[in-house]
Amino acid sequence: MSGFRLYLLQRITAMIMAPLVILHLGVMIFAIQGGLDSAEILSRTQGSFFWGTSYGLFVLAVSIHAAIGIRVVLFEWASFRGVLLNIISWLVFVVLITMGARAVYAVVA
Amino acid sequence: MIIKPHRGQPLWIAFLLHRISGLGLAIFLPFHFYLLGLALEQTETMDGLLRWSDYPLVKFAEFGLVFLLAVHLFGGLRLLALEFLPWSNRQKTLAASAVAISFLLALGFLMRAV
Amino acid sequence: MQESTDILEVGVWRGDVTGGQLVSYQVPRQSSQTILDVVTWIQRELDPGLSYRFSCRVGMCGSCAMMVNGIPRWTCRTHVQKVVQDNRLTIEPMRNMPVIKDLVSNMDEFFAKWKLAEGQFHGRKTRYDPIEPLLPDSPRRLAASAAIECINCGICYASCDVVSWNPAYLGPAALNRAWSLVNDERDIGQQSRLNAIAADAGCHNCHSHANCATYCPNELNPTASIAGLKRLAARAAFAGKI
Repeated sequence: MSGFRLYLLQRITAMIMAPLVILHLGVMIFAIQGGLDSAEILSRTQGSFFWGTSYGLFVLAVSIHAAIGIRVVLFEWASFRGVLLNIISWLVFVVLITMGARAVYAVVA
Repeated sequence: MIIKPHRGQPLWIAFLLHRISGLGLAIFLPFHFYLLGLALEQTETMDGLLRWSDYPLVKFAEFGLVFLLAVHLFGGLRLLALEFLPWSNRQKTLAASAVAISFLLALGFLMRAV
Repeated sequence: MQESTDILEVGVWRGDVTGGQLVSYQVPRQSSQTILDVVTWIQRELDPGLSYRFSCRVGMCGSCAMMVNGIPRWTCRTHVQKVVQDNRLTIEPMRNMPVIKDLVSNMDEFFAKWKLAEGQFHGRKTRYDPIEPLLPDSPRRLAASAAIECINCGICYASCDVVSWNPAYLGPAALNRAWSLVNDERDIGQQSRLNAIAADAGCHNCHSHANCATYCPNELNPTASIAGLKRLAARAAFAGKI
């Protein structure tokens, strides 16, 4: 994929995430009171189509966004180039989307 | 990264904050996902880890994370506006506002958490 | 205001492509003294072997830019009084460009990138056609005007960290030039320009540090120009044109 398309993809995923992150900040500040426990989290999320879709979309977007971001940082600040840079970018994407999908499944299913 | 003389201007600092917060969030995310993944079969381990959030030092670290998330969000919104909306000359004000809003939000989170 | 007995401690970078170091000179301070005056005084009074580049001395030709206390400046229009720190000055050749000798930097790549960014005008008319009328206050003409007063001094390029982190990047001057031509209604080379500014070394590499806009002596804003190119290229990508 060309550098410009990666740039566009990073901006598009940013636009997708912006409202989701605002929602997440809201949940963190207003919905959480008196500490965290798994029962409280799961009671909100389990079986919820809304939270499943929101978190699922977020995990997909953030995996792409972070992989492209880290790719640029490694290129500019650590002189990574070529195949190695591609491998690491894909690795970041795969790790995030695998762990993220598992997390969404765990709290929603 | 050395802050050389030519970098000592507000929008360069805004860039640095955006990059550092992005890196910080990318490093934090796998831990966050791991913890939530525990809900699948190890809710006790999960609750054990969540109880850590009662410690003041952990609460302060959470304040830091909320600030990183907020400043990456609002700083990112400024960049999206810069790149995709007609040019505005108020970039320094907007960047400073993003930091201020993020700090207040993180502070609000800390107040609710303690 | 300044007495001629005041002495400036000036570190000047001396060397060539193989390397070099700062050499200290003591220069008498004078009123209304510019950085170019300081360099000229050193060459005339202390070391005729000092190499540097200048021409017009009035901020029009863009040939005398140097790093002054770590920041790129047009030395003919930069007063010592404005930039001196504790009576000390450090004067070095431009960042992000190979040095030739002392304060003379090699600008070949800088200008090559103007061509790579499709910075040349592609007209459709010949000298036998009548001159095309352009409304001075049309939006595109105003956008071109905002970017047009560049003197090719290279200060934006020397201040750009993206150039130092990604040496292939076209840089603020070349992209600013491309933006002024994007807004030239007479130009018929827009597709090739679009391809050039969205290529791997193109506009999307810009992180909007705005060093270029901060230090441009003519107060141009290449960051804004590059943002315009990003919008243009994004629209073209969605329209399937790149």
